Amino acid sequence: MGGPPQRETPRPLLPGHGSMDLQTFAVQLLNGVQYGLVLFLVASGLTLIFGILGVINLAHGAFYMLGAYLAYWLTAATGSFWLALAGGVAIAFCLGLALEQLLVRRLYGRDHLTQVLMSYGLILVIDEARQILFGKDVHSVAAPALLAGGIRLTDLQTYPVYRLAVCIFCLLVAVGVFLLIHRTRIGMIVRAGAENREMTRALGIPFDTVNRTVFAAGIALAALAGLVVAPISTVFPGMGDGMLILSFVVVVLGGIGSVAGAAIGALLVGLTDTFGKVFFPSLSSMLIYVVMALVLIWRPTGILGRREA
Amino acid sequence: MPDIALRAENLERRFGGLRAVAGVSLDVRRGEIHAVIGPNGAGKSTLINLLSGDLAVTAGDILLDGRSLRRLGPDRRGRLGIGRAYQKTTIFGASSAFENARLAVQARAGRPLALWPRRRAEQATDGLAEAALAAAGLAARGGIRADRLSHGEQRQLEIAMVVAGGAHVLLLDEPLAGMGTEEARTITALIRSLKAGRAVLLVEHDMDAVFALADRLTVMADGRVIASGSPQEVRRDQHVRTAYLGHGDPG
Amino acid sequence: MTAPADRHSWLVLALLLVLAALPLLAPGYYVQFATKILLMGIAAMALNLVVGFGGLVSLCHGAFFGLAGYVLALTAPRYDPAALWWSLPFAVAAVALVALVIGALSLRTRGLYFIMVTLAFGEMLFYLFQDAGFAGGSDGTFIHYKPELAVAGLTLVDLEAPAQFFWLVLALAAGVILLLRHLLAAPFGRALRAARDNERRARALGFPIYRLQLGAFVLSGALTALAGYFAAAQFGFVAPQMLGWHLSAILLVMVVLGGLRTVAGPLLGAAALMGLEEVLKLATEHWKLVEGLAIIGIVLVSPAGLRRLATAAFGASASGGEHLAAPPRSTAEDTTATDRSIRHA
Repeated sequence: MGGPPQRETPRPLLPGHGSMDLQTFAVQLLNGVQYGLVLFLVASGLTLIFGILGVINLAHGAFYMLGAYLAYWLTAATGSFWLALAGGVAIAFCLGLALEQLLVRRLYGRDHLTQVLMSYGLILVIDEARQILFGKDVHSVAAPALLAGGIRLTDLQTYPVYRLAVCIFCLLVAVGVFLLIHRTRIGMIVRAGAENREMTRALGIPFDTVNRTVFAAGIALAALAGLVVAPISTVFPGMGDGMLILSFVVVVLGGIGSVAGAAIGALLVGLTDTFGKVFFPSLSSMLIYVVMALVLIWRPTGILGRREA
Repeated sequence: MPDIALRAENLERRFGGLRAVAGVSLDVRRGEIHAVIGPNGAGKSTLINLLSGDLAVTAGDILLDGRSLRRLGPDRRGRLGIGRAYQKTTIFGASSAFENARLAVQARAGRPLALWPRRRAEQATDGLAEAALAAAGLAARGGIRADRLSHGEQRQLEIAMVVAGGAHVLLLDEPLAGMGTEEARTITALIRSLKAGRAVLLVEHDMDAVFALADRLTVMADGRVIASGSPQEVRRDQHVRTAYLGHGDPG
Repeated sequence: MTAPADRHSWLVLALLLVLAALPLLAPGYYVQFATKILLMGIAAMALNLVVGFGGLVSLCHGAFFGLAGYVLALTAPRYDPAALWWSLPFAVAAVALVALVIGALSLRTRGLYFIMVTLAFGEMLFYLFQDAGFAGGSDGTFIHYKPELAVAGLTLVDLEAPAQFFWLVLALAAGVILLLRHLLAAPFGRALRAARDNERRARALGFPIYRLQLGAFVLSGALTALAGYFAAAQFGFVAPQMLGWHLSAILLVMVVLGGLRTVAGPLLGAAALMGLEEVLKLATEHWKLVEGLAIIGIVLVSPAGLRRLATAAFGASASGGEHLAAPPRSTAEDTTATDRSIRHA
C-alpha cells in the first residue's frame, strides 16, 4: 500500500528537487488543495460521527474503499460514471442506515474500546465481502468523457480537467455540508444533539432519526470521496487503510466534531504531503506526523477543538 | 500574620464575558475554619476550583505559606498540602474504604509510584491509612467497597482521604449537602476535629453548621466579597443581612 | 479493587507448567504454534497494562511489536547469529525510547484523541519502514539466524531447536505474569488503577498522573517489544505489516476476550482467538468474514456476557470484575490478603 493513491500522479517530474518555478508551484498547490479537499470529504463524515454520535468508527476508511469499488463496478455495469456516482452514494447511504440500525445504535454511550473493536470487526467483514464480490484485483476507472483531457499550462505541462472538476465538486460539497450544519434547522438540531442530548430529547426532536441520518450521511461522504477519486487513482483493496489514518490525523488537527476544523486540517495535510514530496522526498511520509506532533504540543484538542476547562 | 496558611490575592476568573470571581482576597489561617457563604452563583465553587487548581486563574495570585501556586496543577498543589473534598463525593467507588485511604497516604508518601516498595514503607502506609479511617470514624468499615457505604460514610471517607494525604490546608465544598440530621452532626464534629494544626476553607449552605463551625466568615455575592470578619461581625453587618441573610435571624 | 484476579493468574501459571511437557508429546508444528500463541499472549498482557489497568486504549502497540523485530533484523550480523544478551536489551530499550516519545505526545490527549493519535503514530512507524530503503521496504527483510544465547562460547539455550525456543518463551510468559502481578499490587499499579477509576480524585490526592501513565505506557511498550523480538526471531522475517495497526486491533480483541481486569487473561484470549483462526482457516476460505462477525458478536455481548462465559469456564473465582454487582457477602473478596490481615490484627 503506497499511501493514498491520488498521490501517484503521472505528470512529469520536476527538474531537480528544491527549485520550482511559479507554474510548477501553482500545479503543486492545486494538487495539494485537491488532495486536501478529498481528504475533507472523508474526514468531515468521520468528525460528524465522532462529534454528534460520540462513536469512533475505524471502518470509515473501508467505506472510502467501498466507494471506489462501487465506482468501478457500477461504471462497468451501467456504462456511465454519472450513474455510478449517484448509485454509489445511494447504496452507501442505505448501507449506513442499515448498519446504524443493526450495530452502531448499540454503541452509543458505550466505552471507546467497544467501539474500536466493533468497527474493527466491521472492517474484516467489509474487506472480505469486497473480496467475495469484487475480488482483490487492482482496477482503474476511466474519467467521464465530458471531463476527459487536460488543460495546457505550458509546452510540457497539462493539468487534467477531471482533477479540476474534483476540486470544484469537493468544494461545493464542503460548502454544502457547512451550510447544512450552520445555516439550517436540521443542522441546528444536529448541533443541539451534539451539545446536549437531554435537551434535544426534551424538545421532542426525533433523536433516533437524527442519529441514523448523521451516521448514514457520514458513511455516504466517505464513499463519495472514494467514488470521485476512482478515476484519478487505482482502485485497490488496501486503499481504505491509508485514508483512515490520514482522516484521523485531519480530525486530530482540526478538533473533534468541528467541520471547519476538518477543512483546515485536511488542507494542512494535503499541502504538507504534496509539498513535502517535492522538498523532502525521503521524509515525506513522516512529515504529516511531525505536523501532528507539533499541533499536539501546541493545542492538544486540535486547532478548532473545544478546550477542556 | 505568621499563621496564614493560604492566601488569595485579588483572584479573578472570567468565563468569556462573565466574571465568576472578581477580585477576591482572603486569608485562611492555621487552626481556623474559614467559611465562605453566599447565594447560589456567588462564585464560591469557582473560588474553590481556583484554589485547588482545577481551574486556571485569569488574574491574581494564590499563596501557600508565601509560595505562589498560580502556575501549579492540582496534583502539585496536592503534594504541597492542599486537600480537597468535592461537592459531589469523589472517591474510588470500586475499591474498599481501606484501599481508598491507602491511596491517599501513598500519594504523599516518599515514592508514590514505587515499583519495588520496601516492606517497611508499605507497612507504614497501611498503618497511616488505618489511622485515618479510625479518625474519621470508619475503623470498622475498612473492608467495605466504597460505593456500598452510606452517603454520609462516603463523605466521611473522602474527608479521611484528604487528611490521610497529609493535607494541612483543606478545601471543603458543601460537605453537608444532602446529609440527614444525624449524618450532618457526625460530619460537623469531624470537621471541627480537623482544624487543630490545619487551615480549613469551608463552603457551605447550612447556616446552622456554618455559624457553629466557623471562626471567620467571608460573604460573597456576584463574584465579590461583600463582607468578611468574625461570625458576630458578619451577623451584625447590615449589608449582609439585606443582601443575603434576608430578614430572619440565621442563629 | 483487588490485586487483580489472583487465582486466575495462578491457574494460568499452573497451566503453563503443564504445557511445558508439550514438546515431549506433540509434533513440532504444535510446539511452534504454541510458541506463537505465547508470544502474542505476552504482547496482549503487556498491552492490557495500559488498556485494562490504565484505562488507555492504545492502537500503536502493534508498531512496538514489529519495531522490536526490525531492531533485531537491522542489528544482526549478516552471516552470524546475533548475541541475545545484548541485542534483546538493545531492542527493548530502543522500543521503550520510541514509546516514551509517542507516549509523551499522546498522553497530552484523552479518550478519542488518544486512540486516534496512537493509531497515527503507529502508522507513522509503519510508513517509515514501508517507504524506507534501509530495511527492505515493503518486501521486508530476513533474519537468517536465530539469536544466540551463549556464555563464553557455551550455548545455554539453542534457539534453533523449536522445543528450547518454546521453553524459553514459556518461561518468559510466566515471568511476565509474575512481573505484572507484582507491579499491579505495588504502589505503582495501585496508583495506575486509581487514575483509571477516578482521575480527578487521583490528581487531587497528588498523584502525578502524566508521569504515572507515561511510565505504564513505556513499560507496556517494552514488554511488547520483548514479545516482538522473539516473534521476529521465530518467523525469521520482518515486514511492515508486522507494525501495522491491524495487529494492535487483534491484540485488543485478545485482551477483551481474556478479560480486561486480569493479568493472565489476555494470554488465554490469545489462545482462544488464534485457535479460532486456525479452525476457521481450515473450514473456509473466507475465514476473515467469520472472524469479523465473531468479533462483532463478542463485543455485543461483552463485557457482561464475556464475564458469564469466563465464570462458566473457570468457576466463580475467575470473575474479578469490578463492575460485577456482587452480593454484599462477597465484599471480603474485594480486599487483598494484606488488607485482611491488617484488619484482623
